[in-house]
Amino acid sequence: MGIAIRVTVNGNEHSHEVDPRTLLVYYLRETLRLTGTHVGCDTSSCGACVVLVDGTAVKSCTMLAVQADGCSVTTIEGMSNNGDLHPLQESFRDEHGLQCGFCTPGMIMSAADLLMKNPDPSEEEIREGLEGNLCRCTGYHNIIKSIRLAAEKLNA
Amino acid sequence: MASLIGKSVKRVEDKRFITGKGKYTDDIVLPRMSYAVIVRSPFAHAKIKNVDTSKALAHPGVVAIFTGKDIADSGIGGVPCGWQVDFKNGDTMKEPPHPLLVADKARYAGDGVAVVIATDQATAKDAAELVVVDYDPLGVIVDAAKAVEEGAAQVHDEAPSNMCFDWELGNPKAEVDAAIEASHHVTTLEFVNQRLVANAIEPRCAIGDYDPSTEKYTLYTSTQNPHLIRLLMCAFVLGIPEHKVRVVSYDVGGGFGSKIFHYAEEALMTWCAKQLERPVKWTAERSESFKTDAHGRDHVTKAEMGFDAEGNIIALRVNTFANLGAYLSTFAPCVPTYLHGTLLQGLYTTPKINVDVTGVFTNTTPVDAYRGAGRPEATYLLERLLDTAALEMNVDPAKLRLQNFIPPFDGVNQEGYMTQVALQYDSGDYHTVLEKALEMVGYEDFRKEQEAAREEGRLLGIGFSTYIEACGIAPSAVVGALGARAGLYESSQVRIQPTGKVSVYTGSHSHGQGHETTFAQVVADKFGIALEDVEIVHGDSEAVAFGMGTYGSRSLAVGGSAIVKSIEKVLEKGAKIAAHKLEASPEDLEYAGGQWTVKGTDKSIAFGDVALTAYVPHDYPEGLEPGLDFSSFYDPANFTYPYGAHIAIVEIDRETGVVTLQRFIAVDDVGNVINPMIVDGQIHGGLAQGIGQALYEGVIYDESGQLANGSYMDYTMPRADDLPNFEIDRTVTPCPHNPLGVKGCGEAGAIGSTPAVVNAVMDALRPFGIKHVEMPCTPERVWNAMNS
Amino acid sequence: MIPSKFKYQKAGSVADAIRLLSETDGEAKLLAGGHSLLPSMKLRLSEPDALIDISKLEELKSIRKDGNTLVIGAGCTHHAIATSSLVEGHMSMISQAGHMIGDPHVRNVGTIGGSLAHADPAADWPALMLAANAVIVVRGPGGERQINAGDFFKSLFFTALNDNEIITEIRIAAPPHGAHSAYAKFHSPASRYAIVGCAAFLQLDGLNCLSARIAFTGASSTPFRDTGVENALVGKAINEESIHEAAQLAAEGVQMMTDHFASEKYRRNLARVYAKKAIRAAAGL
Repeated sequence: MGIAIRVTVNGNEHSHEVDPRTLLVYYLRETLRLTGTHVGCDTSSCGACVVLVDGTAVKSCTMLAVQADGCSVTTIEGMSNNGDLHPLQESFRDEHGLQCGFCTPGMIMSAADLLMKNPDPSEEEIREGLEGNLCRCTGYHNIIKSIRLAAEKLNA
Repeated sequence: MASLIGKSVKRVEDKRFITGKGKYTDDIVLPRMSYAVIVRSPFAHAKIKNVDTSKALAHPGVVAIFTGKDIADSGIGGVPCGWQVDFKNGDTMKEPPHPLLVADKARYAGDGVAVVIATDQATAKDAAELVVVDYDPLGVIVDAAKAVEEGAAQVHDEAPSNMCFDWELGNPKAEVDAAIEASHHVTTLEFVNQRLVANAIEPRCAIGDYDPSTEKYTLYTSTQNPHLIRLLMCAFVLGIPEHKVRVVSYDVGGGFGSKIFHYAEEALMTWCAKQLERPVKWTAERSESFKTDAHGRDHVTKAEMGFDAEGNIIALRVNTFANLGAYLSTFAPCVPTYLHGTLLQGLYTTPKINVDVTGVFTNTTPVDAYRGAGRPEATYLLERLLDTAALEMNVDPAKLRLQNFIPPFDGVNQEGYMTQVALQYDSGDYHTVLEKALEMVGYEDFRKEQEAAREEGRLLGIGFSTYIEACGIAPSAVVGALGARAGLYESSQVRIQPTGKVSVYTGSHSHGQGHETTFAQVVADKFGIALEDVEIVHGDSEAVAFGMGTYGSRSLAVGGSAIVKSIEKVLEKGAKIAAHKLEASPEDLEYAGGQWTVKGTDKSIAFGDVALTAYVPHDYPEGLEPGLDFSSFYDPANFTYPYGAHIAIVEIDRETGVVTLQRFIAVDDVGNVINPMIVDGQIHGGLAQGIGQALYEGVIYDESGQLANGSYMDYTMPRADDLPNFEIDRTVTPCPHNPLGVKGCGEAGAIGSTPAVVNAVMDALRPFGIKHVEMPCTPERVWNAMNS
Repeated sequence: MIPSKFKYQKAGSVADAIRLLSETDGEAKLLAGGHSLLPSMKLRLSEPDALIDISKLEELKSIRKDGNTLVIGAGCTHHAIATSSLVEGHMSMISQAGHMIGDPHVRNVGTIGGSLAHADPAADWPALMLAANAVIVVRGPGGERQINAGDFFKSLFFTALNDNEIITEIRIAAPPHGAHSAYAKFHSPASRYAIVGCAAFLQLDGLNCLSARIAFTGASSTPFRDTGVENALVGKAINEESIHEAAQLAAEGVQMMTDHFASEKYRRNLARVYAKKAIRAAAGL
């Protein structure tokens, strides 16, 4: 039995009937074909699936698509504006904050929330703020630097 | 144009990853695609009495179900092993069949029993729960050392006492025994190098596709190694013609070794696609990855090191049981032998070494290469012995190392160093890396700080590790003699387009390493053209002629060298065309800055003009073929030998045993460096994994063979707030035998860091007189050690 | 990773949710933040027939004062509680705990009501509820009930909440003059759940301890008040020595949990250490 939902994703409104058990991440990936949001685990641990729902970072694997009815969702695909990269995207590139790229969208979306709540975080605060995101490539060293750089850019 | 070599060029591949446009296997959706879920044995060892698929088949949306019996009846082969290590007495290693799905008996919790295919993922998942398998549980063995004992459960009838092989290397055992006997001091350690899960954040995924009109197969898979997968799958498993199979692996979300191997699911999806004539996709859930991605390490070792009265190492004796798991994964036999035993010389002049390794089967997930593969085990063994010996002999651990290091040699003016364990090191200056690291850490000041802290009751510790690794894998003839069933060269193709733009096809595979940037830097630099004018293509067997993939820190040393060979061919032919256009002889030309110039004149022709001439050969050298497109194979002359010195500083909380890593210093020598930013990133990542092994990670099996920590809720992955900023530097000793002088940097961090951290923990615990704490040094283990 | 099929109903109000709960005869689960429920459904450890979505009910999301009593709506997220100045001003250990739960995403979405109803033995809130002497307000077809935190947690994943009831709010009475509190937690390095969490609530007159409520989570299969530690503190001057002595009694006689992160013996040690940390922090030492 499908449930009708209306969701704004990256500024575009979508209406679909979804099986209630559809997780938001699968709605984004499979129905909308926005595959930048990734699935890295099945225990809501890794953070590869983080998106913003009404401006707040959420693990999209731990939310039903039906719960996003009426919400505004931002995914990694919605972070750049007319081809201009978001300062976080730029900074991840500048500081080599990614290697395989799989955790990167979740990292960037989590960092976006972090910087909204704390625009000038210390290194320690960034490390704590990434408690819900796993990266296996970078040792986090350059991710921390990337987020610091983005904070500086956004505060400039 | 300024040289691009040694420049921290920003990565060209990043744009797609930071905008969510990466193309990972699970992102691919094909028309009429169906979805597979594999029914796996919940038992570690059980007879399969019956598989009832009737209810599942009747579930709406189910397309097909295949069981182990269907696979057996189809006559297709099992998953092959790519390396043979024979018994000491010459007997061939035991190599029991590894079917894609098991029909009669499950040998580890996670062994595939049936595959359920449905029109969508959720339906496949629902239906898989309706498959009823009647198991008859059998006795279980999980421990490597116990597997050979009498009465242990037998994993395979073909392998009595669960032995796959026994093997030794080095000086004759009697000589080493005598040297140990004659030693002034012998340091002995018995320990476990625990089992780890690679945990690439992208779970494995495979999509099989078959086009009946062309009889062509396509396998999309998250692999480090597309061509080798094609070869193994075609020749050994499915018996299908290789030229009718395309293997594609676009973006891969991390590998760390675990995606080198040919997995059952790859062949299974390809086979199912043929049966159903529609695409079939399988994507692992994380809990499935924990159970079925090949694990790493799992050695049970006794090691003894003998010293003379002056503290010189005079002998090393090692006995290891290596857990291979339930079946032989692709490179499994090679890891504890030729990637482990051969590294036991370390950086030291030890004159007598004997290593004995027994590879055993157990009712556990197969074990194979994980970042470092064998070399971290060798390094941990040596470096724990060195620090323990220093403690026992009451000498400084840094000085003990410096005293025993092999003297510097460059491999050009001085010969490479012949070890007691079959390798010849290429070049090295081992004293300098350690001295540099000691300077960075401020060693003398730290010892004072440590003493003051101890007086306050605080537990500070410093730990050292120096390492060497054999990378740039590998000279084919050498590895062939050692049991490899493949050559380990690499291929390249450098195609100059008519407009002078360059397409490069490499058999190396990037799953995070940044080849699209580093390789392009090499190519752009050699041609003197802009980086943007070079495109690196990899990961598609239809685009790239052949390849041996990426592992063993081999991509730049072997794959990059193959590219250089093709570049040289392009330049040689280009010179002929340029000479014709400039009315000079090729010998009178020099190539620099993207143009050929007649020496001593201002007569020149640009690279792009020569390229155009090659494809529009109106005014062209007689007898010369049109076009400017060369391919090459490069087979390395030797391994490369990166090395380094790592130092960790930890503080231990007395009340809880929590270890806090305060500082980590790494000085590595990976030979020449093309992109320092990328090399640093590789070191960082390796460090995190090595530190993870020391403090956090480790697979726990219970006695019934159940994986007790098979999720991120239970298996501790290092997180951002667990790690410090890394302090890293390097020295540069070029590799003398490859054209780029590079040695490889992918595994260094994971190899050097682990023992440094554990040694630091032991140093911090010195007031308690404790000799060893097993990894991972969890709070409880450390607390127990302090309170025992 | 994909839950079993279920019927989804969105409640328009608390009354609506109670009606839907009653109709499904206990086979439905309430979906609030979903951060305990959905993970277990994804692994098919939990397969409810129906979900009643209360995640959007604004009436459950307020944090307010009722006279001197702090009232936290059951639908408030951990983040909302952690960052509420009303909460901080009322009882600081509640804010502290809000900052320590799970990870930022869990805190952004997970709710206090959901956590209490789930009663995970390693969840943080139960210890806080006990130490705060909170009242958990639940509503069902028969009306409203107020349950003292001490009577709420029955056993592993089992509470005093009936199948057809919903937690609506948590009430925390005004702390007496001289009240101080703190929460200290030793988290699992993997899941970030509490291996041992200790909430300490002290009423001090100068340094003299007039009353104490010390509660643990993670240590045992149910959260518990530790009267042994409390009694050792009351009537004493709070200093390093008295804290140490009291903390040595932590979890005495309690059946401790054991897992691969912490054996019973080590957990007992952690209980002592974290009792000390929490009491020390509460007393401002």
